[in-house]
Amino acid sequence: MRIEALAGPWLGRLSLSALPTDSPVAMGAALVAVLGVLGVAGYITGKGKWRYLWREWFTSVDHKRIGIMYVVLALVMLARAVIEALVMRLQQADAVNRSGFISAEHFGQLFSTHGSIMIFFMAMPFLTGVINYVMPLQIGARDVSFPVLNSISLMLTAAGAALVMISLVLAPFSTGGWSGYAPFTELRFSPGVGVDYWIWAVTLSSIGSTLTGINFAVTIYKKRAPGMHLFRMPLFCWTALCTSILMIFAMPALTVATALLALDRYLGMHFFTSGGGGNMMVYANLFWLFGHPEVYIVVLPSFGVFSELFSTFSAKKLYGYTSLVLATMTIAVLSFTVWLHHFFTMGQSANINAAFGIATMLIGIPTGVKVYDWILTMFRGRVRFTTPLLWGLAFLVTFVIGGLSGILLAIPPVDFLVHNTTFLVAHFHNMLIPGTLFGMIAAYQFWFPKAFGFRLEERWGRVAFGCWVIGFYLAFMPLYVLGLEGMPRRSAEVFDEAFRPWLLVAAGGAVLIVLGMAALAMQLAMSIRHRDRNRVRAGDPWDGRSLEWSTSSPPPEYNFAKLPAVQGRDAFWTMKRSGRAYPPLERYAPIMLPENSAIGPLLGALGLATAFGLVWRIGWMAGLGTAGVLVAVIGWSFVRRPGRTVDERQVERTETRWHAVLVAAVPVSREHECDPRNRGLADVAA
Amino acid sequence: MSAGSASERRRHPGLNLHESDAHPSDGEVVFGFWVFMMIDAVLFALLFAVYASLGANTAGGPGPHEVFELRPAAMETLLLLLSSFTFGIASLAMKYQRGMALLQGMLALTLLLGLGFLGLEVHDFVGMADKGALPQVSAFLSAFYALVPTHFLHVSLGCVWIVVMMVQLRMSGLDRITRTRLLRLGLFWHFLDIVWVMIFSFVFLRGLL
Amino acid sequence: MGGDGGFRRELRDYVVGLVLALGLSGAAFALVAWDPWAARTMLGVVAALAVLQLVAHFRCFLHIDLKQSHRDDLQLILFTAVIIGLMVAGSLWIILNQNQRMM
Repeated sequence: MRIEALAGPWLGRLSLSALPTDSPVAMGAALVAVLGVLGVAGYITGKGKWRYLWREWFTSVDHKRIGIMYVVLALVMLARAVIEALVMRLQQADAVNRSGFISAEHFGQLFSTHGSIMIFFMAMPFLTGVINYVMPLQIGARDVSFPVLNSISLMLTAAGAALVMISLVLAPFSTGGWSGYAPFTELRFSPGVGVDYWIWAVTLSSIGSTLTGINFAVTIYKKRAPGMHLFRMPLFCWTALCTSILMIFAMPALTVATALLALDRYLGMHFFTSGGGGNMMVYANLFWLFGHPEVYIVVLPSFGVFSELFSTFSAKKLYGYTSLVLATMTIAVLSFTVWLHHFFTMGQSANINAAFGIATMLIGIPTGVKVYDWILTMFRGRVRFTTPLLWGLAFLVTFVIGGLSGILLAIPPVDFLVHNTTFLVAHFHNMLIPGTLFGMIAAYQFWFPKAFGFRLEERWGRVAFGCWVIGFYLAFMPLYVLGLEGMPRRSAEVFDEAFRPWLLVAAGGAVLIVLGMAALAMQLAMSIRHRDRNRVRAGDPWDGRSLEWSTSSPPPEYNFAKLPAVQGRDAFWTMKRSGRAYPPLERYAPIMLPENSAIGPLLGALGLATAFGLVWRIGWMAGLGTAGVLVAVIGWSFVRRPGRTVDERQVERTETRWHAVLVAAVPVSREHECDPRNRGLADVAA
Repeated sequence: MSAGSASERRRHPGLNLHESDAHPSDGEVVFGFWVFMMIDAVLFALLFAVYASLGANTAGGPGPHEVFELRPAAMETLLLLLSSFTFGIASLAMKYQRGMALLQGMLALTLLLGLGFLGLEVHDFVGMADKGALPQVSAFLSAFYALVPTHFLHVSLGCVWIVVMMVQLRMSGLDRITRTRLLRLGLFWHFLDIVWVMIFSFVFLRGLL
Repeated sequence: MGGDGGFRRELRDYVVGLVLALGLSGAAFALVAWDPWAARTMLGVVAALAVLQLVAHFRCFLHIDLKQSHRDDLQLILFTAVIIGLMVAGSLWIILNQNQRMM
């Protein structure tokens, strides 16, 4: 008897034929994924670290640890999605007038996972992680408003990412792209489980992001330190606030779109089908109601990061703070008025296209204000070209180029011409790579010393920077040309010899970008090896301006022994100049912190089980998972835990140890911040 | 103290407690719940938009005039509005400490009214199914079954929540945690009323015009 | 301090809310049952009654008013209303226009 027949009633549609045995490339990827998981698990077991990981990390509700876990998740997913990008570029370069080395079906899965991962499991976790780590420190809080909810958000996002990773082994994933347009994604045209993988992975992640949005917005509204008025917050917090507001209001649109698509697929309803009165344009409309604000969700935090960078590394206060805040708010609101520009060609009247086209161009104004503000922040400053700042400079130039192509695309007749070509692909990569990824990598380079107590190696950082930036231009500028020449996006094969040279250049760029990824990994490895040389435990390696730099590196779990009293913008900078930084040791009060909680990992696991059961139509698994969520939440509401107290002696011990580091450190001037001399104490006189 | 003072001393809309009962972090929790409700509001608004977009697409199946009825919708409205009022009294019983019996009684009454509402709706859905108005028939019915049962699901969860709170009140009485939970439950319950007002106005009444 | 007077006064709020809610919904249902005007006018009246009832619920049951010193919630609600307005009005504008052009 065949295994499938036996498994049938218990495993739904799941069988051994789900393994991607038909394609060597896909099989290789599945093997790498399985071996990777086994390898990591084996390593942890070998070191006997499971218990430590569970108690100190997975169940942690500390915003700093959760932030770090988000960033780790993002980097893992980034590695996968970048490799997928390389495979696609190689395929297109290879498949001019022939079929290339992967099938069209596989190619479709690649661009779908690449897009979905980059948005939902790279950009979102990355920015959520950075905000999680930095924002509470910057506003002088001990944690976010709802620490347990924070852990739940993380675990739901991780569950979604796990589902995408599982689809590598128990294939296939959707071929419907990251936007999952109906009716192609309806059961009739995509009968396999691929689209279901996409639906539930995205749903898990969007629930996580919605809860994150609530958490961040309430934290910024309600948990600021005494004296930290809204208009004294560092700009990064402003962008975090606007991003949270966008998450709050945009995510429901995605949830509705995917839920209705699921109803179509699972219960045979007619929202977006081609028959029964369904209307696929309703799907496109709903998806982009989410999709456009999403663009600003992923881009605004980077704007915040760059604002901090330009000001810190020019040793000047941010130029035009108020205008930057207002520009951020304007962008956030305007982002809800332009979604139609993603489907100019769908057949509505020219008046509607014109209205949305104009609204789209309007967004260029506040964005332009920001660019000038950043340039003027550096103007006449003593700019130090550290690695984080280099990413910022590359961003400025590259982002403006992308923005110009965006203004072109905002003109409906132009959009009709280049619609569905690689011109569009070039445009949005030209926005998102500098606008999101460079910002996040810069944030990682900038705040890494804060989180781990040692700086990252500059040299490998510069190599990574060079590879990424040159690789980016090589990979995407040709796509503008190809798009104008009429090459359709998402093509597994092309049939015009004239495309070949451009595709070869683009493939070369992709190789460079992968090398850039490798250089980032190398930088991390070398920095860990030489960490003693780069220790900055005193906590302020860059002569920082905001409150996160006023703590030790890494900060104590309670962040601030005493909540800081804020007297203006650039709070820590002013404190240092007026001698009020590093207050002397004193009698401390005990500090209440929330207890660790297993509810986050539990809900993540239940969510994953439910989603997996739904994907493969395993009824009992989906049912038990859903019931489990309900029981877990209700059961949780009966658990009463008072929280954990860090008593005054413990606080005193921690603070005394840090003060000893401060006393031992020699202040270092800004010019020498990349030397081993830098121990994290800035020379204020310089 | 003047008559208006109680409302001015309310530190937070929805945080209807005396100053002495409110803890600083309660404001955070209640504000967070408001944000959650606004997310829910956007969700419902989008379901309304979908309904309005697809409502005319009956695809040869029954239309609103064949499947909607005025009387049951009016009955459901009555039950839900009364339940909001009884919940209001429950929150006053909590605020002014009018005894656990009144509080629990009002919660029980709210629960009964809520269950009555759910029962009537189930009856409606079954009646619609008998007339062949299933969600698979047309886009109009799909959109209807996405919108109205989503509200139904919310009310069901609200009922579960009421039961949980009644148990927790028995177990640990009125303390900080049960208080703020009841406050949030109240917000949720009143909010579902508003959604229902939109549903009967723009689905049932509009459909029967 | 918050004695009998407060209880009565707040109870009155809820009673007023209930009466308003029942009256406004009753009016809407009754109108549709009697059907005195053309469908377009009726839809306008029903919509107006719904909006009035929305305000009544916010005021009497959810205690949102204009004289709060903490206006976070009011701002939140108004901002949500703007976003919902943009989303719903925009969607209908687009979809109904497309429907019309496909006729």
